[in-house]
Amino acid sequence: MEEIKPQLIKITFDGIEVEVEPGTTIMQAARKIAEADESQGYLVPPAMCYYKPLPTSGGKCRACLVRVAAGSAKDPRPMPKLVPSCITQVQEGMIVENTTNDAVLDTRKSIVEFLLINHPLDCPVCDQAGECHLQDFSFEHGSAKTRYEEERRTFEKIDIGPFVQLHMTRCILCYRCVYTADQITNKRVHGVMNRGDASEISTYIEKAIDNDFSGNVIDVCPVGALTDKTYRFKSRVWFSKPVDAHCDCEKCSGKVTLWYRGDEVIRVTARKNIWGEVNEFICNTCRFERKKTSDWTIEGPTKVKRSSVISANKYRKDLIAKPDFALKLAATQFKPIDDEREYTTDIETVRHQSIENNDKANHRSLLPQNNN
Amino acid sequence: MTLMERAYLPAIATGMAITLKHFFKKKVTIEYPEVKRYLGPVFRGRHILKRDAEGRERCTACGLCAVACPAEAISMVAAEREKGEEGLYREEKYAAVYEVNMLRCIFCGLCEEACPKQAVYLRHDEFIPVFSDRDQVIWGKDLLVEDMNNRYTREAWTKEEARSLDLKRANGEATNVVPRAIP
Repeated sequence: MEEIKPQLIKITFDGIEVEVEPGTTIMQAARKIAEADESQGYLVPPAMCYYKPLPTSGGKCRACLVRVAAGSAKDPRPMPKLVPSCITQVQEGMIVENTTNDAVLDTRKSIVEFLLINHPLDCPVCDQAGECHLQDFSFEHGSAKTRYEEERRTFEKIDIGPFVQLHMTRCILCYRCVYTADQITNKRVHGVMNRGDASEISTYIEKAIDNDFSGNVIDVCPVGALTDKTYRFKSRVWFSKPVDAHCDCEKCSGKVTLWYRGDEVIRVTARKNIWGEVNEFICNTCRFERKKTSDWTIEGPTKVKRSSVISANKYRKDLIAKPDFALKLAATQFKPIDDEREYTTDIETVRHQSIENNDKANHRSLLPQNNN
Repeated sequence: MTLMERAYLPAIATGMAITLKHFFKKKVTIEYPEVKRYLGPVFRGRHILKRDAEGRERCTACGLCAVACPAEAISMVAAEREKGEEGLYREEKYAAVYEVNMLRCIFCGLCEEACPKQAVYLRHDEFIPVFSDRDQVIWGKDLLVEDMNNRYTREAWTKEEARSLDLKRANGEATNVVPRAIP
Protein backbone atom coordinates (compact mmCIF):
# COMPACT_ATOMS: atom_id res chain seq x y z
CA MET A 1 0.00 0.00 0.00
CA GLU A 2 1.23 3.42 -0.81
CA GLU A 3 1.89 5.56 2.17
CA ILE A 4 0.33 8.95 1.88
CA LYS A 5 2.52 11.60 3.33
CA PRO A 6 0.88 14.86 4.21
CA GLN A 7 2.17 17.59 2.02
CA LEU A 8 4.28 20.08 3.91
CA ILE A 9 3.25 23.69 3.85
CA LYS A 10 5.82 26.38 3.35
CA ILE A 11 5.35 29.69 5.13
CA THR A 12 7.53 32.73 5.71
CA PHE A 13 7.76 33.94 9.28
CA ASP A 14 9.64 37.20 9.74
CA GLY A 15 11.56 36.50 6.56
CA ILE A 16 12.49 32.96 7.56
CA GLU A 17 11.04 30.14 5.53
CA VAL A 18 9.82 27.10 7.38
CA GLU A 19 8.03 23.94 6.30
CA VAL A 20 5.35 22.58 8.57
CA GLU A 21 2.57 20.04 8.45
CA PRO A 22 -0.95 21.14 7.54
CA GLY A 23 -3.01 22.10 10.55
CA THR A 24 -0.07 23.65 12.36
CA THR A 25 -0.66 27.03 13.90
CA ILE A 26 1.52 30.06 13.20
CA MET A 27 2.77 29.89 16.79
CA GLN A 28 3.91 26.29 16.34
CA ALA A 29 5.66 27.19 13.11
CA ALA A 30 7.49 30.03 14.88
CA ARG A 31 8.46 27.71 17.71
CA LYS A 32 9.76 25.24 15.15
CA ILE A 33 12.11 27.93 13.84
CA ALA A 34 13.33 28.72 17.34
CA GLU A 35 13.80 25.07 18.25
CA ALA A 36 15.94 24.56 15.15
CA ASP A 37 18.01 27.68 15.83
CA GLU A 38 18.13 28.91 19.40
CA SER A 39 19.25 32.41 18.44
CA GLN A 40 15.87 32.98 16.76
CA GLY A 41 14.02 32.57 20.04
CA TYR A 42 13.09 36.23 20.14
CA LEU A 43 10.93 35.77 17.04
CA VAL A 44 8.39 33.59 18.78
CA PRO A 45 5.23 35.47 19.76
CA PRO A 46 4.67 35.50 23.53
CA ALA A 47 1.82 33.39 24.88
CA MET A 48 -0.11 34.08 28.04
CA CYS A 49 -3.15 31.84 27.56
CA TYR A 50 -2.04 29.34 24.92
CA TYR A 51 -0.63 26.16 26.44
CA LYS A 52 0.28 23.35 24.08
CA PRO A 53 -0.40 20.42 26.44
CA LEU A 54 -3.93 21.72 26.97
CA PRO A 55 -5.94 21.24 23.78
CA THR A 56 -8.24 24.07 22.70
CA SER A 57 -6.45 26.58 24.92
CA GLY A 58 -5.46 29.89 23.40
CA GLY A 59 -7.00 32.81 21.61
CA LYS A 60 -7.93 34.72 24.75
CA CYS A 61 -5.13 36.98 25.85
CA ARG A 62 -4.19 38.44 22.44
CA ALA A 63 -0.52 38.55 23.44
CA CYS A 64 0.48 36.59 20.36
CA LEU A 65 -1.15 38.81 17.73
CA VAL A 66 0.78 38.86 14.45
CA ARG A 67 0.19 40.40 11.05
CA VAL A 68 -0.43 38.16 8.10
CA ALA A 69 0.93 40.07 5.11
CA ALA A 70 -0.21 37.45 2.63
CA GLY A 71 -2.95 34.95 3.44
CA SER A 72 -1.79 32.20 1.11
CA ALA A 73 -0.19 31.62 -2.27
CA LYS A 74 -3.63 31.38 -3.91
CA ASP A 75 -5.03 34.45 -2.26
CA PRO A 76 -2.13 36.71 -1.40
CA ARG A 77 -4.26 39.47 0.10
CA PRO A 78 -3.21 40.46 3.63
CA MET A 79 -5.56 39.67 6.48
CA PRO A 80 -7.41 42.84 7.46
CA LYS A 81 -6.71 42.58 11.17
CA LEU A 82 -3.93 41.21 13.30
CA VAL A 83 -4.57 37.54 14.02
CA PRO A 84 -3.82 35.51 17.14
CA SER A 85 -0.99 33.25 16.05
CA CYS A 86 -1.74 30.51 18.55
CA ILE A 87 -5.07 29.54 16.94
CA THR A 88 -4.55 30.59 13.32
CA GLN A 89 -3.56 27.73 11.08
CA VAL A 90 -0.95 28.16 8.41
CA GLN A 91 -1.67 28.07 4.70
CA GLU A 92 0.65 27.49 1.78
CA GLY A 93 2.66 30.60 0.97
CA MET A 94 1.55 32.55 4.03
CA ILE A 95 3.74 35.49 4.96
CA VAL A 96 3.68 36.41 8.64
CA GLU A 97 5.22 39.46 10.24
CA ASN A 98 5.89 39.54 13.95
CA THR A 99 8.96 41.41 15.17
CA THR A 100 9.45 43.01 11.76
CA ASN A 101 6.18 44.89 11.96
CA ASP A 102 5.93 47.98 14.16
CA ALA A 103 2.14 47.80 14.33
CA VAL A 104 2.40 44.35 15.90
CA LEU A 105 4.90 45.50 18.51
CA ASP A 106 2.82 48.57 19.24
CA THR A 107 -0.31 46.48 19.67
CA ARG A 108 1.56 44.12 21.96
CA LYS A 109 2.51 47.06 24.14
CA SER A 110 -1.15 47.94 24.44
CA ILE A 111 -2.02 44.33 25.25
CA VAL A 112 0.42 44.46 28.16
CA GLU A 113 -1.30 47.59 29.35
CA PHE A 114 -4.69 45.91 29.13
CA LEU A 115 -3.53 42.85 31.03
CA LEU A 116 -1.99 45.03 33.71
CA ILE A 117 -5.05 47.23 34.16
CA ASN A 118 -6.50 45.04 36.86
CA HIS A 119 -3.34 43.25 37.88
CA PRO A 120 -2.17 44.40 41.30
CA LEU A 121 1.48 45.36 41.23
CA ASP A 122 2.30 43.30 44.28
CA CYS A 123 5.24 41.44 42.80
CA PRO A 124 7.30 41.99 45.99
CA VAL A 125 4.71 39.95 47.87
CA CYS A 126 3.79 37.47 45.15
CA ASP A 127 5.37 34.03 45.23
CA GLN A 128 5.32 33.78 41.46
CA ALA A 129 7.73 36.70 41.01
CA GLY A 130 10.80 35.54 39.16
CA GLU A 131 9.02 32.87 37.16
CA CYS A 132 5.95 34.90 36.22
CA HIS A 133 5.07 35.00 32.55
CA LEU A 134 3.30 38.31 32.94
CA GLN A 135 6.48 39.80 34.42
CA ASP A 136 8.49 38.55 31.47
CA PHE A 137 5.84 39.68 29.03
CA SER A 138 5.60 43.20 30.43
CA PHE A 139 9.36 43.47 30.83
CA GLU A 140 9.97 42.49 27.23
CA HIS A 141 7.06 44.19 25.54
CA GLY A 142 5.46 46.70 27.88
CA SER A 143 6.24 50.23 28.95
CA ALA A 144 7.96 51.11 32.18
CA LYS A 145 5.20 53.24 33.67
CA THR A 146 1.51 52.71 34.15
CA ARG A 147 -1.05 55.22 32.93
CA TYR A 148 -3.84 53.66 34.95
CA GLU A 149 -5.12 55.75 37.82
CA GLU A 150 -8.48 54.19 38.59
CA GLU A 151 -9.10 51.68 41.30
CA ARG A 152 -8.27 48.10 40.46
CA ARG A 153 -10.88 45.38 40.84
CA THR A 154 -10.83 43.36 44.04
CA PHE A 155 -12.51 40.13 45.07
CA GLU A 156 -13.50 38.49 48.27
CA LYS A 157 -10.99 35.89 49.29
CA ILE A 158 -11.96 32.30 48.55
CA ASP A 159 -10.27 29.49 50.41
CA ILE A 160 -9.91 26.57 48.01
CA GLY A 161 -8.20 24.06 50.23
CA PRO A 162 -4.99 23.43 52.08
CA PHE A 163 -2.70 23.13 49.06
CA VAL A 164 -3.61 25.79 46.56
CA GLN A 165 -3.85 29.50 47.25
CA LEU A 166 -6.13 31.51 45.01
CA HIS A 167 -5.50 35.23 44.53
CA MET A 168 -8.31 36.26 42.24
CA THR A 169 -6.98 39.81 41.96
CA ARG A 170 -3.90 38.59 40.12
CA CYS A 171 -5.83 36.51 37.61
CA ILE A 172 -5.62 37.50 33.94
CA LEU A 173 -8.39 35.09 32.88
CA CYS A 174 -6.29 32.93 30.61
CA TYR A 175 -8.52 29.90 31.32
CA ARG A 176 -5.51 27.59 31.53
CA CYS A 177 -6.54 26.25 34.93
CA VAL A 178 -10.05 25.70 33.62
CA TYR A 179 -8.71 23.56 30.79
CA THR A 180 -6.50 21.69 33.23
CA ALA A 181 -9.49 20.97 35.43
CA ASP A 182 -11.34 19.91 32.30
CA GLN A 183 -8.62 17.39 31.55
CA ILE A 184 -8.34 15.92 35.00
CA THR A 185 -12.06 15.68 35.81
CA ASN A 186 -14.91 14.37 33.72
CA LYS A 187 -17.73 16.58 34.81
CA ARG A 188 -17.83 20.15 33.76
CA VAL A 189 -19.12 22.25 36.59
CA HIS A 190 -18.34 25.87 35.87
CA GLY A 191 -15.37 27.68 34.57
CA VAL A 192 -15.43 31.38 34.73
CA MET A 193 -18.33 33.16 36.33
CA ASN A 194 -19.75 36.54 35.33
CA ARG A 195 -18.65 38.68 32.44
CA GLY A 196 -16.23 41.42 31.53
CA ASP A 197 -14.12 42.81 34.29
CA ALA A 198 -16.28 41.05 36.87
CA SER A 199 -15.48 37.59 35.56
CA GLU A 200 -13.78 35.30 37.99
CA ILE A 201 -12.48 31.77 38.16
CA SER A 202 -15.01 29.99 40.28
CA THR A 203 -16.63 26.79 41.55
CA TYR A 204 -15.07 24.74 38.81
CA ILE A 205 -11.67 24.98 40.43
CA GLU A 206 -13.14 24.47 43.87
CA LYS A 207 -14.86 21.24 42.81
CA ALA A 208 -11.82 19.93 40.99
CA ILE A 209 -9.48 20.67 43.85
CA ASP A 210 -9.97 17.26 45.44
CA ASN A 211 -8.62 15.61 42.32
CA ASP A 212 -5.21 14.01 42.52
CA PHE A 213 -3.81 16.20 39.79
CA SER A 214 -5.30 19.49 40.94
CA GLY A 215 -1.91 20.84 41.95
CA ASN A 216 -1.06 21.28 38.30
CA VAL A 217 -3.17 24.41 38.15
CA ILE A 218 -0.27 26.04 40.05
CA ASP A 219 2.25 25.24 37.33
CA VAL A 220 -0.16 26.11 34.56
CA CYS A 221 -1.04 29.54 35.94
CA PRO A 222 1.06 32.15 34.12
CA VAL A 223 0.70 34.62 37.00
CA GLY A 224 0.53 34.30 40.77
CA ALA A 225 -3.22 33.74 40.92
CA LEU A 226 -2.82 30.10 41.85
CA THR A 227 0.19 29.39 44.04
CA ASP A 228 1.45 26.61 46.25
CA LYS A 229 0.15 27.07 49.81
CA THR A 230 2.86 24.82 51.24
CA TYR A 231 5.45 27.14 49.69
CA ARG A 232 3.69 30.37 50.57
CA PHE A 233 6.17 33.11 51.55
CA LYS A 234 8.82 30.49 52.29
CA SER A 235 11.36 31.83 49.90
CA ARG A 236 11.80 33.66 46.64
CA VAL A 237 12.35 31.57 43.54
CA TRP A 238 15.82 33.01 43.00
CA PHE A 239 16.98 31.98 46.46
CA SER A 240 16.14 28.36 45.77
CA LYS A 241 18.11 25.97 43.62
CA PRO A 242 16.23 23.86 41.09
CA VAL A 243 17.28 20.22 40.73
CA ASP A 244 15.79 17.62 38.40
CA ALA A 245 14.69 14.47 40.15
CA HIS A 246 12.36 11.53 39.70
CA CYS A 247 10.65 8.87 41.77
CA ASP A 248 8.58 5.77 41.17
CA CYS A 249 5.08 7.07 41.40
CA GLU A 250 2.12 4.88 40.56
CA LYS A 251 -0.04 7.88 39.76
CA CYS A 252 2.15 10.06 37.58
CA SER A 253 5.42 10.08 35.66
CA GLY A 254 7.27 11.15 38.79
CA LYS A 255 9.54 13.50 36.86
CA VAL A 256 9.78 16.72 38.80
CA THR A 257 11.94 19.69 39.67
CA LEU A 258 12.90 20.02 43.31
CA TRP A 259 13.56 23.50 44.64
CA TYR A 260 16.17 23.46 47.35
CA ARG A 261 17.02 26.00 49.98
CA GLY A 262 20.15 24.68 51.58
CA ASP A 263 19.47 20.97 52.14
CA GLU A 264 15.75 21.42 52.43
CA VAL A 265 13.27 20.81 49.62
CA ILE A 266 10.93 23.74 49.86
CA ARG A 267 8.91 23.13 46.72
CA VAL A 268 8.22 20.48 44.12
CA THR A 269 7.03 21.44 40.66
CA ALA A 270 6.60 19.70 37.35
CA ARG A 271 9.36 20.12 34.80
CA LYS A 272 8.87 22.86 32.28
CA ASN A 273 10.17 23.06 28.75
CA ILE A 274 11.72 26.11 27.11
CA TRP A 275 8.28 27.61 26.49
CA GLY A 276 7.43 27.39 30.18
CA GLU A 277 4.97 24.55 29.57
CA VAL A 278 4.63 21.43 31.64
CA ASN A 279 4.88 18.32 29.49
CA GLU A 280 4.07 15.74 32.13
CA PHE A 281 1.64 16.64 34.86
CA ILE A 282 2.52 15.40 38.32
CA CYS A 283 0.24 14.18 41.09
CA ASN A 284 -0.49 15.91 44.38
CA THR A 285 1.41 13.32 46.40
CA CYS A 286 4.60 14.12 44.54
CA ARG A 287 3.98 17.84 44.67
CA PHE A 288 2.87 18.39 48.24
CA GLU A 289 3.94 15.40 50.29
CA ARG A 290 7.30 14.16 49.08
CA LYS A 291 9.50 16.90 50.45
CA LYS A 292 12.48 14.90 51.54
CA THR A 293 15.58 14.29 49.49
CA SER A 294 15.36 10.59 50.37
CA ASP A 295 12.07 10.35 48.45
CA TRP A 296 13.78 11.23 45.20
CA THR A 297 16.49 10.14 42.82
CA ILE A 298 18.43 13.25 41.89
CA GLU A 299 19.33 13.63 38.24
CA GLY A 300 21.25 16.90 38.38
CA PRO A 301 20.75 20.66 38.39
CA THR A 302 17.99 22.02 36.19
CA LYS A 303 19.24 24.02 33.24
CA VAL A 304 18.33 27.64 33.85
CA LYS A 305 18.81 30.36 31.29
CA ARG A 306 21.53 32.85 32.19
CA SER A 307 19.06 35.67 31.63
CA SER A 308 16.69 34.28 34.24
CA VAL A 309 16.77 35.69 37.75
CA ILE A 310 16.72 32.10 39.03
CA SER A 311 20.33 31.78 37.92
CA ALA A 312 21.35 34.69 40.19
CA ASN A 313 23.90 33.88 42.88
CA LYS A 314 24.49 30.40 41.52
CA TYR A 315 27.94 29.58 40.35
CA ARG A 316 27.51 26.56 38.19
CA LYS A 317 30.27 26.18 35.64
CA ASP A 318 28.05 26.55 32.62
CA LEU A 319 26.46 29.70 34.02
CA ILE A 320 29.75 31.54 34.24
CA ALA A 321 30.82 32.94 30.93
CA LYS A 322 34.47 32.05 30.41
CA PRO A 323 35.91 33.68 27.33
CA ASP A 324 38.44 31.44 25.66
CA PHE A 325 40.19 34.60 24.50
CA ALA A 326 42.50 34.63 27.54
CA LEU A 327 43.51 31.03 27.04
CA LYS A 328 44.22 31.60 23.38
CA LEU A 329 46.29 34.67 24.19
CA ALA A 330 48.28 32.79 26.81
CA ALA A 331 48.98 30.00 24.33
CA THR A 332 50.53 32.47 21.89
CA GLN A 333 52.54 34.39 24.49
CA PHE A 334 53.90 31.77 26.85
CA LYS A 335 55.79 28.54 26.52
CA PRO A 336 54.33 25.51 28.20
CA ILE A 337 56.11 24.56 31.41
CA ASP A 338 58.95 22.16 30.83
CA ASP A 339 58.34 19.46 33.39
CA GLU A 340 61.16 17.26 32.17
CA ARG A 341 63.76 19.37 33.94
CA GLU A 342 65.95 17.81 36.57
CA TYR A 343 64.55 18.12 40.03
CA THR A 344 67.30 18.88 42.55
CA THR A 345 66.78 18.41 46.24
CA ASP A 346 70.37 18.77 47.41
CA ILE A 347 70.48 22.01 49.42
CA GLU A 348 74.03 22.91 48.48
CA THR A 349 73.26 22.57 44.76
CA VAL A 350 70.06 24.62 45.09
CA ARG A 351 71.95 27.37 46.89
CA HIS A 352 74.71 27.34 44.36
CA GLN A 353 72.21 27.49 41.49
CA SER A 354 70.29 30.33 43.08
CA ILE A 355 73.47 32.38 43.60
CA GLU A 356 74.37 31.71 40.00
CA ASN A 357 70.91 32.75 38.83
CA ASN A 358 71.06 35.92 40.92
CA ASP A 359 74.40 36.78 39.39
CA LYS A 360 72.98 36.26 35.95
CA ALA A 361 70.00 38.44 36.73
CA ASN A 362 72.20 41.17 38.16
CA HIS A 363 74.38 41.01 35.13
CA ARG A 364 71.35 41.24 32.83
CA SER A 365 69.97 44.22 34.65
CA LEU A 366 73.21 46.11 34.23
CA LEU A 367 73.46 45.53 30.50
CA PRO A 368 73.38 48.79 28.54
CA GLN A 369 70.42 47.66 26.41
CA ASN A 370 68.31 47.31 29.57
CA ASN A 371 69.36 50.71 30.93
CA ASN A 372 68.11 53.14 28.36
CA MET B 1 76.50 74.86 45.09
CA THR B 2 76.46 78.54 45.86
CA LEU B 3 78.01 80.04 48.95
CA MET B 4 74.58 80.45 50.57
CA GLU B 5 73.83 76.79 50.09
CA ARG B 6 77.20 75.76 51.32
CA ALA B 7 76.83 77.85 54.45
CA TYR B 8 74.23 75.30 55.73
CA LEU B 9 72.85 77.39 58.59
CA PRO B 10 70.54 79.72 56.57
CA ALA B 11 68.80 76.66 55.09
CA ILE B 12 68.25 75.28 58.56
CA ALA B 13 66.78 78.59 59.67
CA THR B 14 64.37 78.67 56.69
CA GLY B 15 63.21 75.16 57.48
CA MET B 16 62.67 75.96 61.14
CA ALA B 17 60.73 79.07 60.14
CA ILE B 18 58.33 76.97 58.12
CA THR B 19 57.87 74.59 61.04
CA LEU B 20 57.30 77.51 63.39
CA LYS B 21 54.74 79.03 61.06
CA HIS B 22 52.68 75.84 61.24
CA PHE B 23 52.47 76.06 65.02
CA PHE B 24 50.12 79.00 64.62
CA LYS B 25 48.04 77.56 61.79
CA LYS B 26 44.72 75.81 62.25
CA LYS B 27 45.10 72.04 62.58
CA VAL B 28 43.82 69.94 59.69
CA THR B 29 43.36 66.82 61.77
CA ILE B 30 40.40 66.19 64.04
CA GLU B 31 40.03 64.11 67.17
CA TYR B 32 38.07 61.17 65.79
CA PRO B 33 35.86 59.60 67.16
CA GLU B 34 35.00 62.44 69.56
CA VAL B 35 34.80 64.85 66.64
CA LYS B 36 33.31 63.73 63.35
CA ARG B 37 33.36 65.31 59.97
CA TYR B 38 30.26 65.95 57.90
CA LEU B 39 30.27 63.21 55.30
CA GLY B 40 28.06 64.84 52.71
CA PRO B 41 24.47 64.16 51.73
CA VAL B 42 25.26 61.17 49.51
CA PHE B 43 27.51 59.25 51.88
CA ARG B 44 26.61 55.60 52.18
CA GLY B 45 26.91 54.51 55.78
CA ARG B 46 25.03 51.91 57.72
CA HIS B 47 21.74 50.36 56.66
CA ILE B 48 18.38 51.30 58.04
CA LEU B 49 15.06 49.54 57.57
CA LYS B 50 12.53 52.30 57.26
CA ARG B 51 9.10 52.55 58.77
CA ASP B 52 6.32 54.57 57.20
CA ALA B 53 4.57 57.57 58.70
CA GLU B 54 2.34 55.32 60.80
CA GLY B 55 5.27 53.36 62.12
CA ARG B 56 4.68 50.22 60.07
CA GLU B 57 7.68 48.41 58.65
CA ARG B 58 7.97 49.00 54.94
CA CYS B 59 10.01 45.91 54.14
CA THR B 60 8.00 43.09 52.59
CA ALA B 61 10.90 40.61 52.25
CA CYS B 62 10.76 40.57 48.47
CA GLY B 63 14.42 39.63 48.28
CA LEU B 64 15.40 42.13 45.62
CA CYS B 65 18.08 43.69 47.84
CA ALA B 66 19.59 40.29 48.47
CA VAL B 67 19.65 39.39 44.80
CA ALA B 68 21.09 42.77 43.87
CA CYS B 69 23.81 42.56 46.54
CA PRO B 70 27.13 41.83 44.87
CA ALA B 71 28.66 40.69 48.15
CA GLU B 72 25.72 38.46 49.13
CA ALA B 73 25.60 40.14 52.50
CA ILE B 74 21.84 40.23 52.96
CA SER B 75 19.63 37.34 53.99
CA MET B 76 16.04 37.24 55.11
CA VAL B 77 13.18 35.03 56.14
CA ALA B 78 9.67 36.09 55.25
CA ALA B 79 6.53 35.54 57.26
CA GLU B 80 2.85 36.19 56.76
CA ARG B 81 1.23 38.99 58.68
CA GLU B 82 -1.25 37.74 61.24
CA LYS B 83 -4.54 39.40 62.11
CA GLY B 84 -3.94 42.26 64.48
CA GLU B 85 -0.48 43.03 63.21
CA GLU B 86 -1.68 45.55 60.64
CA GLY B 87 -0.16 48.35 62.68
CA LEU B 88 3.25 46.70 62.62
CA TYR B 89 3.69 45.73 59.02
CA ARG B 90 2.58 47.50 55.90
CA GLU B 91 1.99 44.51 53.61
CA GLU B 92 0.63 41.02 54.09
CA LYS B 93 4.16 39.66 54.01
CA TYR B 94 7.03 40.95 56.11
CA ALA B 95 10.60 40.11 56.96
CA ALA B 96 10.66 38.07 60.15
CA VAL B 97 14.44 37.96 59.96
CA TYR B 98 16.53 40.46 58.07
CA GLU B 99 20.27 40.22 58.45
CA VAL B 100 23.13 42.15 56.93
CA ASN B 101 26.62 40.77 57.29
CA MET B 102 28.62 43.95 57.76
CA LEU B 103 31.90 42.19 57.08
CA ARG B 104 30.65 41.25 53.64
CA CYS B 105 28.88 44.51 52.89
CA ILE B 106 30.80 46.85 50.60
CA PHE B 107 28.36 49.75 51.04
CA CYS B 108 27.70 50.02 47.32
CA GLY B 109 24.06 51.04 47.82
CA LEU B 110 22.64 48.59 45.26
CA CYS B 111 20.17 47.28 47.86
CA GLU B 112 18.86 50.80 48.25
CA GLU B 113 18.40 51.12 44.50
CA ALA B 114 16.77 47.70 44.17
CA CYS B 115 14.23 48.23 46.93
CA PRO B 116 10.74 48.65 45.44
CA LYS B 117 9.23 49.66 48.78
CA GLN B 118 11.72 52.37 49.77
CA ALA B 119 12.45 50.31 52.84
CA VAL B 120 16.20 49.97 52.94
CA TYR B 121 18.51 52.97 52.92
CA LEU B 122 22.16 53.55 53.70
CA ARG B 123 22.38 56.32 56.26
CA HIS B 124 24.45 59.32 55.26
CA ASP B 125 25.14 60.33 58.85
CA GLU B 126 26.17 57.13 60.61
CA PHE B 127 28.40 54.25 59.83
CA ILE B 128 29.20 50.87 61.28
CA PRO B 129 30.97 51.25 64.59
CA VAL B 130 34.30 49.55 65.05
CA PHE B 131 33.78 45.95 66.12
CA SER B 132 36.07 43.60 67.95
CA ASP B 133 34.16 40.36 67.75
CA ARG B 134 32.63 38.42 64.89
CA ASP B 135 29.22 38.13 66.48
CA GLN B 136 28.89 41.91 66.39
CA VAL B 137 29.13 41.84 62.65
CA ILE B 138 25.80 40.33 61.62
CA TRP B 139 23.21 43.01 62.12
CA GLY B 140 19.68 41.85 62.67
CA LYS B 141 16.39 43.67 62.72
CA ASP B 142 17.00 44.88 66.29
CA LEU B 143 19.75 47.15 65.00
CA LEU B 144 18.45 47.89 61.53
CA VAL B 145 14.82 48.88 61.99
CA GLU B 146 14.20 52.58 62.37
CA ASP B 147 13.45 53.96 65.81
CA MET B 148 10.28 56.02 65.63
CA ASN B 149 11.45 58.29 68.45
CA ASN B 150 14.68 59.08 66.65
CA ARG B 151 13.88 58.94 63.00
CA TYR B 152 16.41 59.13 60.22
CA THR B 153 15.94 62.35 58.30
CA ARG B 154 17.47 63.55 55.11
CA GLU B 155 17.01 66.34 52.63
CA ALA B 156 16.45 64.29 49.51
CA TRP B 157 15.12 60.76 49.28
CA THR B 158 15.49 60.18 45.57
CA LYS B 159 18.19 60.82 43.01
CA GLU B 160 15.95 63.27 41.17
CA GLU B 161 15.28 65.20 44.33
CA ALA B 162 18.96 65.34 45.22
CA ARG B 163 19.88 66.44 41.72
CA SER B 164 17.36 69.26 41.56
CA LEU B 165 18.48 70.41 44.99
CA ASP B 166 22.09 70.40 43.82
CA LEU B 167 21.15 72.39 40.74
CA LYS B 168 19.33 74.99 42.81
CA ARG B 169 22.31 75.32 45.14
CA ALA B 170 24.71 75.62 42.22
CA ASN B 171 22.58 78.44 40.83
CA GLY B 172 22.81 80.19 44.17
CA GLU B 173 19.11 79.97 44.94
CA ALA B 174 18.12 80.04 48.56
CA THR B 175 17.41 76.49 49.59
CA ASN B 176 16.49 75.90 53.16
CA VAL B 177 15.27 72.33 52.92
CA VAL B 178 14.18 70.87 56.19
CA PRO B 179 15.33 67.25 56.39
CA ARG B 180 12.31 64.99 56.61
CA ALA B 181 11.80 61.46 57.84
CA ILE B 182 9.83 59.78 55.08
CA PRO B 183 10.20 59.72 51.34
